[in-house]
Amino acid sequence: MNTTKAAGLTRREKYEAQQRRRSLIVAATSTVVVVACIIIFIPMTPGWEKVQRSFFNGDVLADTFPKLLDAFKINLMIFAWSAPAIAILGLLIALARDAKSPALFPLRIFGATFTDVFRGVPVILTVYLIGFGIPGLGLPRPWNSPYIWGSLALILTYAAYVAEIFRSGIDSVHQSQRSAALSLGLSERQVMRDVVLPQAIRNVVPSQMNMLIALQKDVSLLSFIGPVEIFRQAGVFKSLTANFTPYVGAAIIFLIVTIPATRYADYLMAKQMRDRS
Amino acid sequence: MKKALSIVAMTLMLTSTAVYADDHCAAGQTLTEGKFTIATGNPAYYPWVLDDAPESGQGFEAAVAYAVAAEMGFAAEDVVWVRSSFDEAIQPGAKNFDVNMQQYSITAARDEVVDFSAPYYTAPMAVLVSPGATETAPTLDALRDLKWGAVGSTTAVPKLTSVVQPTSDPLLYGDNADVNAAMSANQIDAALFDLPTALFLSAVMIEGSKVIGQFAPDASDNPDQFGMLLEEGNPLKACVDEALAVLTASGELATIEATWLQDTTGVPLIE
Repeated sequence: MNTTKAAGLTRREKYEAQQRRRSLIVAATSTVVVVACIIIFIPMTPGWEKVQRSFFNGDVLADTFPKLLDAFKINLMIFAWSAPAIAILGLLIALARDAKSPALFPLRIFGATFTDVFRGVPVILTVYLIGFGIPGLGLPRPWNSPYIWGSLALILTYAAYVAEIFRSGIDSVHQSQRSAALSLGLSERQVMRDVVLPQAIRNVVPSQMNMLIALQKDVSLLSFIGPVEIFRQAGVFKSLTANFTPYVGAAIIFLIVTIPATRYADYLMAKQMRDRS
Repeated sequence: MKKALSIVAMTLMLTSTAVYADDHCAAGQTLTEGKFTIATGNPAYYPWVLDDAPESGQGFEAAVAYAVAAEMGFAAEDVVWVRSSFDEAIQPGAKNFDVNMQQYSITAARDEVVDFSAPYYTAPMAVLVSPGATETAPTLDALRDLKWGAVGSTTAVPKLTSVVQPTSDPLLYGDNADVNAAMSANQIDAALFDLPTALFLSAVMIEGSKVIGQFAPDASDNPDQFGMLLEEGNPLKACVDEALAVLTASGELATIEATWLQDTTGVPLIE
């Protein structure tokens, strides 16, 4: 309830307003000093001109940026079909690891082995092994495409991470809820589907957003087995111009996508904290 | 104690400068006085360097390196080898080599950032095809329909897009080994390399593959010429160029080429 004030601000409120002004001024001054130092002192270093020519070359950026944007479509395409597959496979693995029935023990073993292996192996090795290895077995075209098998490598690796996050979400739903639901006559399957999963998935949405952002960058690893996505395209330009600016261009494109996504993940996280408290 | 040290240092300096005659063109211009530091790839590939051991002087580039060093007045034991990636060679700032030799094609854009010596080899581009496509005719029309691959950091990429103009997008890789793997997995039919590399890959690395044709080196507006890479503005360039000019004029460069690089006239020209 807001009470109307009879005679302006109280002494306490005046003091607090003053404190706020003070910290604002201090923050602004320190920021200005730091930024000024960066702007003034870095260009004074002896190698700055060379670094600027190699990394922040306007002409090279203007020449290459449109083609980098074009190559980024390949990233988006791979991302678009990998993300849903990762979500589904990750959830299945999480459920496999949560299987309680003794008869399903092999499933649990499988789930545990899967996450251990694919979380433990560097992504690039998985990409090479599956991207070159499986087509090498003698698959006919177009079934040996690096797009298919490279994507599968990403899907397997990320599903392992995503499964662990789902599992922590499932564990976060208290055992008493399962017991209560079972006592109401729901089957194990219904308990999982209607009681546990809806809460578990909602609990881990912010963490999964972070996985999406990471995936978005790791799509570039497919460039090792052939697809000319943005990272490889930037590398080609780098070699032809002997200039690193195309990588900076690629970084800008990545940031345009990841910064809003990161902010959104932060927002979801903050919202979740508020809802819980 | 300090005095003793400085005397020792002075004597060392005197003796090391005394090794040279004053008219030595590389005097005072190399990274380490009295040593000639050459960078090569990691690994360095056949037939440019044999067995990844440039110190042996075996292989075309290793042999050229020692010939140039000798011409510049360095004894074989004064040649120091280091390894470098392409990126290390073009990064701004001080370099850890005097010259870098790993089949760098001289291009105008690269020349703005680093310096190149005079060319020591002119490499025609050649087409290496997978075992399943060895019957392809060496004509541009026939080549266009193949599934192409290349190493992304080489000048094969612009050549591919401007001259061959394949009907499907080429796949690009990080190094020769990856192109090899993609060809073995039948993901690509053909790949573009400089001719000596193509011949080596077909003979040793990819069973059943074949070099079906080469592009005439002077046909395009940008013949692929290999030069030694130097830091931009390195005064040593004049000295290296002079040595290469002498080697070219005396026919020694041609002899080295004949020794280490296979006769390439047997590969048909692409029409």
